[in-house]
Amino acid sequence: MTNSSVQSSKLTRLTTHKASRDLRELAIHIVLFLAGFSCVATTIAIMYILILESTYFFQHISIVEFLTSSDWSPLFDPPGYGILPLVAGTVTTTLVALFVAVPLGTIAAIYLSEFASAKLREIVKPILELLAGIPTVVYGYFALLFVTPLLQWLYSFPAPLLSTWLPNLFPLELAGFNMLGPGIVMGLMITPLISSISEDAMRAVPVSLREGSFAMGATRLQTAIKVVFPAAFSGISAAYILGISRAVGETMIVAVAAGLQPNLTFNPLDSAATITAYIVQVSLGDLPHGTIEYQTIFAAGLTLVLFTLLCNIIGYFLSRRFREIY
Amino acid sequence: MAQTDSAPPDLLAVQGSVSQRQLQDGLFAIVGLLTILVATIILLALVLQLAIQGFPRLTWQFFTSFPSSEWQQAGILSAWIGSALVMLVTAAIAVPLGVAAGIYLEEYARKNWLSALIEINVTNLAGVPSIVYGLLALGFFNDLLKLGESILTAGLTLALLILPIVIVTTREALRAIPNSLREAAYALGASRWQMIWDHILPYASGSILTGVIIGLSRAIGETAPLITIGALTFIAFLPPAPIQPSFPYISLEWLQAPFTVLPIQMFNWVSRPEPEFQINAAAAGTVLIGMTLAMNGFAIYLRYRFRRGVKW
Repeated sequence: MTNSSVQSSKLTRLTTHKASRDLRELAIHIVLFLAGFSCVATTIAIMYILILESTYFFQHISIVEFLTSSDWSPLFDPPGYGILPLVAGTVTTTLVALFVAVPLGTIAAIYLSEFASAKLREIVKPILELLAGIPTVVYGYFALLFVTPLLQWLYSFPAPLLSTWLPNLFPLELAGFNMLGPGIVMGLMITPLISSISEDAMRAVPVSLREGSFAMGATRLQTAIKVVFPAAFSGISAAYILGISRAVGETMIVAVAAGLQPNLTFNPLDSAATITAYIVQVSLGDLPHGTIEYQTIFAAGLTLVLFTLLCNIIGYFLSRRFREIY
Repeated sequence: MAQTDSAPPDLLAVQGSVSQRQLQDGLFAIVGLLTILVATIILLALVLQLAIQGFPRLTWQFFTSFPSSEWQQAGILSAWIGSALVMLVTAAIAVPLGVAAGIYLEEYARKNWLSALIEINVTNLAGVPSIVYGLLALGFFNDLLKLGESILTAGLTLALLILPIVIVTTREALRAIPNSLREAAYALGASRWQMIWDHILPYASGSILTGVIIGLSRAIGETAPLITIGALTFIAFLPPAPIQPSFPYISLEWLQAPFTVLPIQMFNWVSRPEPEFQINAAAAGTVLIGMTLAMNGFAIYLRYRFRRGVKW
């Protein structure tokens, strides 16, 4: 009798212990879920703020004017609210950056993945990673004070010839603020990103494919270009897209070195403002909250987010389209 | 006889094409090596030139002076203290939140639409331009929550910015731990949380630390989102000290203080027309690069050490 009561009391203690433990587990589960959900909340908050402030903006300015007018001067009188000059600046700097980063990054990735020895790879990869970690404001400094003077010097040789040939396209002198310098620096900045993601994609291609290609008598280069590159193209295209969205969203390099003057041009020798640079320019001033000038930066920000979202969606479909499964 | 002396034209053609292809192979190997060398050497040369320009300004006075309109008297005292305090807030928010989210996604989440939604969100947030986080901070923390242009707002913003990095590295760290460890813990009667807290997290902590350091080094160089919330560029005072001489000794007033950070101070000096301030900018840039390189280097070193040390 006593024995069994001892046992039952032990049992109740165990059950209450288990109940309290289950309760604690549930509480932890909920806390962890909330932490995971904070990402969703961040996205919701970003979209909420951008759309909210942009709605105020579009109550005053028609979407048609915003998308088609070629004059962006919200801080002047009379103001102009056409986003096209900022988009042109963003597209131009991004294209210059890609012009540098895609060839460099791809060649570097092919070399590191297919040609380089393991030892070289072990040395190069951490260096690339370190360089990718340099703050962008420092890259802006490089663009303004080292690369642009260098380009000005280089440009001074063909300039007389070019400017007599096509005076509209080629100015006599390269301006201190231009899109070429920051574009090139931006390209150098995203090269490590593109090369490291592409290299990972290429190294994920099974060795058997390479062996098959070698057995058919192909050289390393032929194997790399005709077998490995197409097989990894899904991952490589993802790297390009990531590079594009990084270049589109890059702020400090262009804010420092491209000038802050909105300018509807696709000529990289001109100075221009990008969407991001405009947001920085407005934030540096002291604009009263709730004014239409203040809301322009949210409209610009919404354009930027939609731009990068578009990139991501295209990237998603590209990588699905070119996915090869082994 | 004649056939062995002069090879048939077919064979010659094949030999020619083979040697041509081998030449192409060799050429590409050289081009590839040159590409990598040129790209890294250009960047290293830029860093070196910056360091050479800024080095003479790196005196004790530079670290202990407030910004000034005289370039020789200007320093980065308020900037580096601001950076340190903002990093403190960022780490205090991003580390628990990011690690918890990573644990949830890796150890708890079932495969359903909700966890898929969270995962898509993490990837998407990693691709959102940093200045958009600045707009979020301006509209949400500053206008709606009335947190002001303060260290707290800045820390929160940067914490959200690096959250995806912390989550992704936490997940990778957890995934690298073999399931036998989890099964062994369960077999001894551990609950799921006991299994994670006592057995999995200690093994994963090294890799998680790597991710946290990389995230923080990204946050410390981030300029754009802090400009949008209105971090001032000319701050000639320090935030109230977190430790007070009188009761209750710990003060949280500094969270509400206006601030500046190192990259913004550098941006301010770069945009000045006077060339003397470029030297100050170079000096600030050298400090900034030194800090990020040290943090990243430490993270890379940690990763190599942990990779070598653990054999499952």
